[in-house]
Amino acid sequence: MTPNRLRKLKEWFIEKAILLSGVFSVVFVLLIFLFLLREGFSLFRGESVGDFLFGKSWYPISDPPRFGILPLIMGSLLVTLGAAAISVPIGIAAALFIAEIAPRRLKEGLKAGIELLAAIPSVVIGFIGMITLGPWIKNLFHIPTGLTALTGSVTLAFMAMPTIVSIAEDAITAVPRQYREAAVAMGATKWQTTWRIVARAARPGMVAAVMLGIGRVIGETMAVMMVTGNAAMIPSSILQPVRTLTATIAAEMGESVQGGAHYAALFAIGIVLFIITFLINGVADIYLHRSRR
Amino acid sequence: MSARLAQKIAFTILLLATLLVVLPVIFILGIIVAKGASAISWEFLFSMPRDGMTAGGIFPAVLGTLYLVLGAVLFAVPLGVLAAVYLVEYSSDNWFSRLVKLAIVNLAGVPSVVYGLFGLGIFVTFFRFGASILSGSLTLGIMILPVIITSAREALESVPRHFRTVSLSLGASRWQTIRHSVLPHALPGILTGMILGLGRAAGETAPILFTVAAFYLPRLPQSVFDQTMALPYHLYVISTQVPGIAENVRYGTALVLLTLVLLLNLAAIVLRSRFRRKKKW
Repeated sequence: MTPNRLRKLKEWFIEKAILLSGVFSVVFVLLIFLFLLREGFSLFRGESVGDFLFGKSWYPISDPPRFGILPLIMGSLLVTLGAAAISVPIGIAAALFIAEIAPRRLKEGLKAGIELLAAIPSVVIGFIGMITLGPWIKNLFHIPTGLTALTGSVTLAFMAMPTIVSIAEDAITAVPRQYREAAVAMGATKWQTTWRIVARAARPGMVAAVMLGIGRVIGETMAVMMVTGNAAMIPSSILQPVRTLTATIAAEMGESVQGGAHYAALFAIGIVLFIITFLINGVADIYLHRSRR
Repeated sequence: MSARLAQKIAFTILLLATLLVVLPVIFILGIIVAKGASAISWEFLFSMPRDGMTAGGIFPAVLGTLYLVLGAVLFAVPLGVLAAVYLVEYSSDNWFSRLVKLAIVNLAGVPSVVYGLFGLGIFVTFFRFGASILSGSLTLGIMILPVIITSAREALESVPRHFRTVSLSLGASRWQTIRHSVLPHALPGILTGMILGLGRAAGETAPILFTVAAFYLPRLPQSVFDQTMALPYHLYVISTQVPGIAENVRYGTALVLLTLVLLLNLAAIVLRSRFRRKKKW
């Protein structure tokens, strides 16, 4: 074979490998869904989807076992709403400050700081939340345990903020210069320009930022498991222990029997989580594209 | 004048909010260093745990984490970089490339515990790798794939168009152009993504819970089919599952993990900013 033919053959293989690597991302998403279904679907032979999603009791090891995940959904919802209530206003405000007001050097420093906050492993944040925030909340509200939904919300708020800040900041920075110049030329102050013009123009990107932040909170596992007290009951107040969807999987997989109903139920929870985050990320992506246009 | 006052108040509020985001980093670092530094010693880092983890060191957990992240990167970097090359250099804006991009966005959004389930279903059970370093590395590798692809894509896209046109006009083939005129200039960006991926894989707990992590295994793994302890899971275990562990040992373990992850991220931040400044075009 001439060197030239050999080279062409080599390039043919490389280009096929490149194409295949592109395909792999799609394959992995499909595989994740497929394997969740494969392990989790057997639950629905003995259990209706309605009983699973809206059943009020999660007693996986009693006899007969009950696999209603409503308490877990409520737990996740409560913690997530609490975290969003804290992190959205603070995160958007911080993004406006970093993008519009901070001088350049301070801006670089702040962005690095936020990147580091995002990098702290969730088990470390859970550990700190458990031994500092927990006792503090217990004493503040005079409740028997400091490991509550509120503790989870505050802890997760800090995990959502880096996502919210960095994506919202990108959206704000992407607002065209002329918008600001026009506003200032009309006599608006810097704040009026920032709030009434820039923030409004960046709104689709901010929506995406909030959604991705919420997506991170719903999927967060270790920190939430360490600080929310893990009681699988429908909570009546934010000062009660709760158990989230993610924490249930992490905490119970070790004690379930492979192939059993409990095992399948935990995978079925995985399916629910996968679908929720798939929807959130899909919609956030649409908003991101709108903001870039 | 009231518009000025409003501006002053508003800016102060924004500044306070920013401090609320950044100060926890300093608080967390401060408390962990203050309470954990006393536990750090040569023996703590490089010896086996003893007496049900109440004494001795954390060496198997440190080594296990190193094995896991190396395995994850070995798997994810070639695959991720080639996928990025596909998206930037080969695909046109058609339905398929949009599908690939959507898939990457969704891979990035899948909760870490769902990766754990996936790894358990496919690697541990279906391929019969068992709970092993191999299963854990592959699971972590798929999890960090979006990080690698996104960084590599950015790096490739930042290489100017004319680098390619010049090379092609000299008679180089498409792959030769990519190999010699594009990839070398994208290398620092690709490296940044790799380091970020390392940091992410080192700190994650949920994906390794069911695929590799051992509760207490005071010996070193002998092959990729062995289970191993890992730092983040070890921190979880000693802070929630085992009573009677000295406080400074818990903080010390957190300190080791945090140092490892933050150093990697700091390296990535520095590398990226130098790369951006050094660009000649």
